[in-house]
Amino acid sequence: MIYAIASGKGGTGKTTVTASLAVLWDRPVMAVDLDVEEPNLHLFLHPELTGEEPALMEVPVVDTARCTLCGQCAAFCQFKALSVMGKTLLIFPEMCHGCGGCQLVCPEKALSPGGRELGQIVSGHFRTDHVGSGRPEDAPFLMGRLRVGEAMSPPLMRQVKARLPESGAADILIDSPPGVSCPAVNAVMDADVIVLVTEPTPFGLHDFRLAVEAFRPLGKPLGAVINRAGIGDTSVQDFCRAEGIPVWAQIPFNRAVAEAYSRGEVVARAVPELRAVMLALMAQMQGAAAASKKQEADHA
Amino acid sequence: MREIVVISGKGGTGKTSITAAFAHLASLQGGAMICDLDVDAPDLHLLLGPKHFEEHEFRSGFEAVIDQETCVACGMCVDLCRYGAVRKPSWDDFAGYGIDPLRCEGCKVCVQFCPAGAIGFTEKHCGQWYASDTRFGPMIHAQLFPGEENSGRLVALLKKEARTRAEALGLGLVLCDGAPGIGCPVISSLSGASQAVIVTEPTPSGRHDLERVADLCRHFRIPAAVIINKFDLNLQNTADIEAYCLDQGHALLGLLPHDEVVVRAMVQAKCVTELPDTPFSQALRSIWEQLASLEPRAARPALFHSTPTA
Repeated sequence: MIYAIASGKGGTGKTTVTASLAVLWDRPVMAVDLDVEEPNLHLFLHPELTGEEPALMEVPVVDTARCTLCGQCAAFCQFKALSVMGKTLLIFPEMCHGCGGCQLVCPEKALSPGGRELGQIVSGHFRTDHVGSGRPEDAPFLMGRLRVGEAMSPPLMRQVKARLPESGAADILIDSPPGVSCPAVNAVMDADVIVLVTEPTPFGLHDFRLAVEAFRPLGKPLGAVINRAGIGDTSVQDFCRAEGIPVWAQIPFNRAVAEAYSRGEVVARAVPELRAVMLALMAQMQGAAAASKKQEADHA
Repeated sequence: MREIVVISGKGGTGKTSITAAFAHLASLQGGAMICDLDVDAPDLHLLLGPKHFEEHEFRSGFEAVIDQETCVACGMCVDLCRYGAVRKPSWDDFAGYGIDPLRCEGCKVCVQFCPAGAIGFTEKHCGQWYASDTRFGPMIHAQLFPGEENSGRLVALLKKEARTRAEALGLGLVLCDGAPGIGCPVISSLSGASQAVIVTEPTPSGRHDLERVADLCRHFRIPAAVIINKFDLNLQNTADIEAYCLDQGHALLGLLPHDEVVVRAMVQAKCVTELPDTPFSQALRSIWEQLASLEPRAARPALFHSTPTA
């Protein structure tokens, strides 16, 4: 089962929640950071990193001996990544989306695949809290890290997702990027369950509504986590009630949580009250996944 | 004209509350064109209450659509698509080949090579943008429809509108609220800006994301100045960030305490500087003066047409 932890607004506590769930999870689990622009999960799970590979995207390279400057590739490209200027075919690799169309339309077979570095895919493992319990103590960790200056995160996210085990032998927790546009949708679209972390403030509510609007059409079980409960107002709770969105957890505002976070600690370890809150959240998520699986089975 | 863009790398560090207060302070000194470049999850309007006087559709990019009548079910599009956007026919619901709009990049490859000519290519309506009035002056802002792409292009469009209109109104400052992250909308928002203001917090993620977004500013040769919000959460991390800024040559504009006045102001749809003075708002006023005193640098032409979009 894949669980995506997402939010409309940034800084509501996605990583805090993901890290806590990852160390407490009572089944084999893998933690994946898909917030490739600003990956932070490793700063709290402190994984031992064992692998790092560049992630490349295919971009065209021109064979000037074959190119007749006919311009069909430039006319075809929807992303303005090629242009004939005088007697040269200019290629702008940073504009390319890697669709391969230019190579297909070129009548002279003058374009071949090259690569642009999108960033890195980093892997390793982290220590869970199941020390001496008979469950695996270490769990796998995976993250994408976008190269600074690279604009496109979805292609890197796709490559990270391609590394996820297909068998479903382990549950997967995905720390998603904020927002509701293409990177965020990319992170949650292959998940079985979506957890939306928000805070009870006007900004939190506004971006939560956007996230519900964006993610609900995916037809997956979706629940809310209200972080910093007690600040602001009750409009998020009211909205969830009106829309029939289950609130799977409320994390009370507590300066000790913010301080533990500022020290790079997993808050469920640092603040005892939060351990129970996170375990209850885990049970809600697993329950929602099981219910949706059963519904699918009944349907078939 | 000066163009200041407030960004953070990490989300939720206080960009929007700070930008709104800057808009208030700017309105007391000649005014600014206010611009919300976080088109994905915009929040600045919640504090400024803009009244739209113009509303425009934002159309950008295309998506492929398979015509079921013409499709001969050869499956070539499945092999051609690099994005896995073509859905194979399903016997469950008697649907033929189809395109998943969430995965389609609008590259046109399937359209071009479909042997039956069965795939159309339609322009996408991705959002709305607005020209508005607020109690602090004019504002340009937008809302991308949830799940849409091309936010980089929308950001570029808003910047161009904001600059043109600021010039026409004789305003010397464009004040922009940016998006989190370092990807296409942020790159687009930095394009040609005169000053980036990075709001961070003394946490491992705040620090990590500050470094990445500051490197991005350097990559595009935009001077970066730093504000540490909630500095009292962790004084050691605050000191480390100060040392980092000094080392890297980023101006440190000031420190803001963790203060519930930010949420209190938000609930009242006000800026912190509109409420009775607190240590937070006092610190913010002196940060604004610091920012105004930085060597002014004019905004440069933004490379609107070469802004990569993802």
